[in-house]
Amino acid sequence: MSIAVHAVHKAFDGHPVLRDVSFDVPGGELVALLGPSGCGKTTLLRVIAGLEEADAGAVLHDGAPVEGKSARERNVGLVFQHYALFRHMNVAENVAFGLRVRRRPAAAVRARVQELLRLVQLSGLERRFPSQLSGGQRQRVALARALAAEPRVLLLDEPFGALDARVRQELRQWLRRLHDEIHVTTLFVTHDQEEAFEVADRVVLMNRGQVEQVGTPRQVFDEPRSPFVMQFLGAVNVFHGRLEDGRAHFGGIDVPHPAAGELPAPARLYARPHELEVHRDPTAGSFPARVLRVTPAGSAVRLELHAPTVDRPISAEVEARRAEALALAEGLEVWVAPRRLRVFEGEAADSLSSSQL
Amino acid sequence: MGRIRNKGGGRSRGVLPGLGLTAGLTTAYLGLVVVIPLSTLALRASRLSLADFWALATGPRALASYRLSLGASLAAAAANVLLGVLLAWVLTRYRFPGRSLADALVDLPFALPTAVSGIALTALFSQNGWLGAPLERLGVKVAFSPLGVTLALVFIGLPFVVRTVQPVLEELDADMEEAAAVLGAGRLFTFRRVLLPEILPAALTGFALAFARALGEYGSVVFISGNMPGRTEITPLLIMTRLEQYDYPGATALALVLLAFSFLLLFAINRLQAFARARGGMA
Repeated sequence: MSIAVHAVHKAFDGHPVLRDVSFDVPGGELVALLGPSGCGKTTLLRVIAGLEEADAGAVLHDGAPVEGKSARERNVGLVFQHYALFRHMNVAENVAFGLRVRRRPAAAVRARVQELLRLVQLSGLERRFPSQLSGGQRQRVALARALAAEPRVLLLDEPFGALDARVRQELRQWLRRLHDEIHVTTLFVTHDQEEAFEVADRVVLMNRGQVEQVGTPRQVFDEPRSPFVMQFLGAVNVFHGRLEDGRAHFGGIDVPHPAAGELPAPARLYARPHELEVHRDPTAGSFPARVLRVTPAGSAVRLELHAPTVDRPISAEVEARRAEALALAEGLEVWVAPRRLRVFEGEAADSLSSSQL
Repeated sequence: MGRIRNKGGGRSRGVLPGLGLTAGLTTAYLGLVVVIPLSTLALRASRLSLADFWALATGPRALASYRLSLGASLAAAAANVLLGVLLAWVLTRYRFPGRSLADALVDLPFALPTAVSGIALTALFSQNGWLGAPLERLGVKVAFSPLGVTLALVFIGLPFVVRTVQPVLEELDADMEEAAAVLGAGRLFTFRRVLLPEILPAALTGFALAFARALGEYGSVVFISGNMPGRTEITPLLIMTRLEQYDYPGATALALVLLAFSFLLLFAINRLQAFARARGGMA
């Protein structure tokens, strides 16, 4: 089943939480709702589930609006960050809950519970209580419970947020395989870019209650449509420059920028660390810098650089072999040539600080 | 008294120090405050021959008083569980003007001297009282009847259930109820299958406390019951009467029976709670 969210608005006590949010989740896809905490993604998920009501706009399931339908009538599966398992019920009873509500015959319930526990690899733990399970096991029970009554959509609210890094990694891959197996339309809320990219077919990026960009992980990473997307998806260098005569100027160099007008205008230029080339001698479109720090990071070497023409430290990443060939060391004078720059007009008005990267 | 051992057994030392000291203090304290006074009761009763004891403890007036005391206490405790859970629910789940006032009012039955509550209730429910008069016309007699006794016991026991259930409800995540709703459960189903099991252990504790309090209650009941022997006479009052007549053996026999009843019931409730907690996976 497909989901469509159309021009949804929602405010709590006068504070807008969702502003004109629209996007589609085609049937059978796994879509990640990605954004910093407080961007409204969980609220959006709750609106889709029917636990919150939108102030304006519509949610459509398979093209039909679901306004006025309560959570219990929407037949969605919801998995909470903190599992929300029924503590006094064992694993089998938890999974069977949605089926008991629907008064399915006991034999059918038993068979379905067995099937689901096999699916989430928890066979044999039917009699355990939630308190006797690990976090990862609890979340898989929650998932089995959500899937039991064959929901038309599966909604996951930061499902791995409360788990430690290793378990999270395993469950991510497992969730992707599970989705490939059962193909239920899934919307997945996360603040972790890596998690979204690894699991999802497509990513909906949200910031301050608005959708910034929708696309495949490749698209949003390679062609960010706003400075926010650029900064949110991994480390990035920001250069302050200006636009003039069809070119963008900064740090003593300039690159073509067709959108620039005749008159000077402020601009920001973005380059990821691996998009900066480092040379011993000046090349076309390069500016001088001094190496402040050299940090090995596996197959690459991270550099912290200072350029007299740029107002803040620059980070670059070069291959370990190349770093060796260049004999990079602290205090060395080098030339930096951006291989790729993304240019956005305007002053640095974005409140996103580097600590959020 | 058996040997005191660390849970987990053996002579292994627990993580927390001072088991010997705290266990010793607990036993001494329990002994001083509970066991010694109660054993003098048993000691006194043991001076009676079995036949005498039986005669004193099972006289018609005594039997009628047990029936009333136990029956009214159980009924009051049960009514308090219903009312108390409801009240705790409203106090934790809704924000309304006067909520903190209502919250404070709940404790009032604790603070009031019981005789005051007894007199107030009697005035209210007697034949020409504000509530007693209209009820009388409907054919319902409250004051000077077993119903009045139960009412007084409901009044003094109310805070127990509210105060035991309230913290549990406050701690309960809305997540679980939302999960139930998304899974398709209606409100009644959610209450029965999700909330009730969570609050059951606390409600049972409240029931036990309210019951124990009701069984021993004296001050508030004597006024509203009218104390008609065989009809509206509770056991604690009968014990008082016996004492006033210098009938110590009679009072002792009744007291011992009451004590045995309370202990058995409280013990049973305690086991039930342990069971409910184990089901909750919180053991």
